[in-house]
Amino acid sequence: MMDTQWETYEVFHQSKRGEAHVHVGSVHAPDPEMALQLARDQFARRLKCVSLWVVRTKDITATDYQNESFFAQVTDKSYRDPKAFEAPDKNSPHES
Amino acid sequence: MHEKTYEQRLADFEARVARGEKVEPGDWMPDEYRKNLIRMIGQHAHSEIVGQLPEGKWIPYAPGFRRKLTLIAKVQDEAGHGQLLYTAAETLGKSREEMMEELLAGKAKYANVFNYPTPTWADVGVIGWLVDTSAVINQTMLAQGSYGPYARAMKRICYEESFHIKQGYDAIVALANGTPEQRQMAQDAINRWWYPTLMMSGPPDSLSAHTQQSMRWRIKTKSNEQVRQEFVDHIVPQIRALGLDVPDKDCYHDEKTGHYHYTQPDWEELKRVVNGGGPCNAERLAARRKAHEEGRWVREALAAKRTQNPASG
Repeated sequence: MMDTQWETYEVFHQSKRGEAHVHVGSVHAPDPEMALQLARDQFARRLKCVSLWVVRTKDITATDYQNESFFAQVTDKSYRDPKAFEAPDKNSPHES
Repeated sequence: MHEKTYEQRLADFEARVARGEKVEPGDWMPDEYRKNLIRMIGQHAHSEIVGQLPEGKWIPYAPGFRRKLTLIAKVQDEAGHGQLLYTAAETLGKSREEMMEELLAGKAKYANVFNYPTPTWADVGVIGWLVDTSAVINQTMLAQGSYGPYARAMKRICYEESFHIKQGYDAIVALANGTPEQRQMAQDAINRWWYPTLMMSGPPDSLSAHTQQSMRWRIKTKSNEQVRQEFVDHIVPQIRALGLDVPDKDCYHDEKTGHYHYTQPDWEELKRVVNGGGPCNAERLAARRKAHEEGRWVREALAAKRTQNPASG
């Protein structure tokens, strides 16, 4: 029996203020503080990083890949897309 | 809704892989796919961990502070790659602890190249240049593979390996432009590493137990022979451009095929080295075991901290 099977923590990396935290991988750690230290060594030893989050892997609730119907779109939802509208661009408030 | 049969699931799985979609940990997958990936990723992880040793030995003797810092960074990357790969293998259901136990017990295989000695500083340069070039060609291929967590790990690793190649090449360029003794040192190291590096891409396709199935399921997207040929085509002109020799009298550019012809390495030697009979297998395992034992107090201290302060862990 060994003593190395720590829990895993999922690591989220923010490269710059204003950007989203992005999932980059996971680390094994005995507690959240060590997880942050190890995440820094593993995922922030080169590129710029301003913030890291770690979350216990087992605390994540996720959808099931097998259950594709979870994301099935029962009706046509194209009206949610800006491309679905044909109003002339010149009337758009975003045009200069 | 009725349960799908094995044949239906397999057909769905193969269709997904054929479409170039990635397989993710929660997906149904054939047992053989899972086993094959656990084996491959585990061996890959062990290779990174053991791969720290031949070069790590040179950290105290690196010529100059800059090369010392560079080598420390490279060895640290290898430890990091090992950890990334263990977590990728774990998503398939085998724990890191099990894999570590197998490595320490001498039951796990890892890349042949790390069982050869590094008697001079030039060996460190040649490992970065030759061995890591071969590794990047292989890993760029694996990054196109079908299993999501492995492919993601490969992308990150390839980025860091390109630094490893550059620093190794730089060290050899310095020797190649140095004194006659330094040039000879570079040449001797190339002579030592040429065939082990060729072997690293694996046995020829006709002797490879896993290639066909692995390619069908896109665990690999190129055969061992293809990866090895790509390496030879890339590295031979580089070696010759430095005025150094490829230690193979029968290595030439074949106009008909557009590729370099090369002499096949001794495949019996590969088998022997991978199965524990290489020049440094015992030394590498002894060093891993020693490191594991000497790190025990750290693991115990961390466990004690967690018991004392359960709120934080």
